[in-house]
Amino acid sequence: MVVSGIAASDGIAIGKVFKFEKKALRITNKKNEFYEEEIKKLNKAIDLSKNELTDISENITKSIDKEHGEIFLAHREILVDPEIYKKTVEKIEKDKVNAAFAYHQITEYFAKQFENMKDEYFSERAVDVRDVSRRVISHLLGVENISLNEITNEVILIARDLTPSDTAQLNQKFVRGFITNIGGKTSHSAIMARSIEIPAVVGTRDIMSRVKNNDLIILDGISGKVIINPSNKEIEEYKNKKTNYVNDRNKLKVLRNKETITACGKKIELAANIGSPKDIETVIGNGAEGIGLYRTEFLYMESDDFPTEEEQFIAYKKVCESLNPKPVVIRTLDIGGDKELKYLKTPDELNPFLGHRAIRLCFEEEKMFETQIRALLRASAFGNIKIMFPMIATIGDFRRAKGFVEKIKKEFDNKSIEYNKNIEIGIMVEIPATAILADCFAKEVDFFSIGTNDLIQYTFAADRMNQKVSYLYQPYNPSLLRLIKMVIDSAHAEGKWVGMCGEMAGDPIAIPLLVGLGLDEFSMSATSILKARHLISNIKLEDAKSLVESAIYKDTSSEVKKLVNEKLLNRRKL
Amino acid sequence: MIQKKFLITDNAGIHARPASLLTRAVQEFDGVAKIKFMEKEGNLKSIMSIMALGLKKGSEITVSLEGEMEESVFSMIEKIFIENKLVD
Repeated sequence: MVVSGIAASDGIAIGKVFKFEKKALRITNKKNEFYEEEIKKLNKAIDLSKNELTDISENITKSIDKEHGEIFLAHREILVDPEIYKKTVEKIEKDKVNAAFAYHQITEYFAKQFENMKDEYFSERAVDVRDVSRRVISHLLGVENISLNEITNEVILIARDLTPSDTAQLNQKFVRGFITNIGGKTSHSAIMARSIEIPAVVGTRDIMSRVKNNDLIILDGISGKVIINPSNKEIEEYKNKKTNYVNDRNKLKVLRNKETITACGKKIELAANIGSPKDIETVIGNGAEGIGLYRTEFLYMESDDFPTEEEQFIAYKKVCESLNPKPVVIRTLDIGGDKELKYLKTPDELNPFLGHRAIRLCFEEEKMFETQIRALLRASAFGNIKIMFPMIATIGDFRRAKGFVEKIKKEFDNKSIEYNKNIEIGIMVEIPATAILADCFAKEVDFFSIGTNDLIQYTFAADRMNQKVSYLYQPYNPSLLRLIKMVIDSAHAEGKWVGMCGEMAGDPIAIPLLVGLGLDEFSMSATSILKARHLISNIKLEDAKSLVESAIYKDTSSEVKKLVNEKLLNRRKL
Repeated sequence: MIQKKFLITDNAGIHARPASLLTRAVQEFDGVAKIKFMEKEGNLKSIMSIMALGLKKGSEITVSLEGEMEESVFSMIEKIFIENKLVD
């Protein structure tokens, strides 16, 4: 039986099920007239919990790091918090209720308060308050919890959810991975799994009710798949997958802080695509050499109203400061098409992808566009920001967009507001008309970045949201390769650089072709970077050049694919 | 009484870790320790109370102490703000 969930931490584990079931805490509102007794009990429970948290914090600092250890010092502060204590004692005295009931009510009051906060960080702290609360109440009720550090044989842990305290006690030697009913990619347990590098699948909804203790189970943290009582064939298959995964990971890890260099010594830049400052950690962890596409629309889509200049400035500054001196290409708002803003009503269009979107919309919403440019220019004083305009169709479009930047630069000069005076300004190449006229554009722009998702849909006149025409998504089609070649050659003739920020840039079949065409920067999802770096390190420039020379004279996409597989990919394994 | 305004400049604001440093600094202080943000007032000895203010970058707060040794405790608090780069 196969169950799917959210792939929260990479890796594969095969093992026996250990179900982690917490005993329910039965809290009653039973009265106790002798409130001094209840307060004594509370003090004792807090003391016991305090000792436990001190131990946990020390162990975690030793086994993981100081930062994770400090989570439990913060838990200890919650435990000794005078507000919680004072209010609980008052409740016990006034309402004559038992300590567990009072403590639960008061901690819930604080947890709810956090839960309702808008900021994601603060709202997640409700988890910490409840974790501490459960610890104290368990002591008050004399409920003994199974401790995860008592697991002494190799298991895959199955739980409804895992709190910070639970994951802190995971013994990595024995717990080979875990699967939970609830949780998402950024929940505490998922983050913990990634930092101790064990595979995890979360959010399966009902894994707890589907397995029994000692069931054999396969956990695939890469795809989010869980196989319960697998066949021998499946076990063999996953054993192989696991060996390959471990080998690949060890090979790739070495490349994390290396430059990207072809087998013959040419330097190539591998950058990452991001949607928010939250992605920086993954970007740096995967050894990106810059950010090739920062999609600013998420900033707009997550807000209830237009994000202010200050909000945008803070986000852009954070990203470019964290990456400095590495480049950060920031794309101005690309809304419309399949992306909408709830506070900016746009009329329905028959062909939204060919309609009033991206830069076209910005030209009309002048104030909105100016706010973004101001934030970008201010942030440019703090790092290596480059501005990129989406959906440029004509030279006139580019000049008009650049005019906005020039105007604000002048204003900043007059007011002595700091910004990078030499900031590079480039465009996305995603409309065939722009690709064809690349030689003229190259004289005016500082760089190109080829957006293949849209360039392919416009070149083949095939809506990428329409399943029925999805066969026309043909990144290897010689027509597209010729178009890309034209853009790269035109840019290089003017001494400008060219990047690519669509899915094609991280595609192992496309990479050798693009290296052959002389693409300068490849921008992809951060997790594809190490694989691409490995792949490129095995490519010789002259091989790639002759490969693409023959590829552009093929007739079809599948012929090109076959050619690449024969010529380059088969010679090595990744 | 001693009191002073601070402008939070740390990108992350006052999160659990710095909040717990502040509460630990005033734990032994025999007096009233307050932290104010806009119209809300919190107890500086309480991590719950500090965090409930939801202090972010750009928040202007007032910290006040009243009690024995208020000045030396206050300088400890200022040191925490500076050493943890919560303020410029």
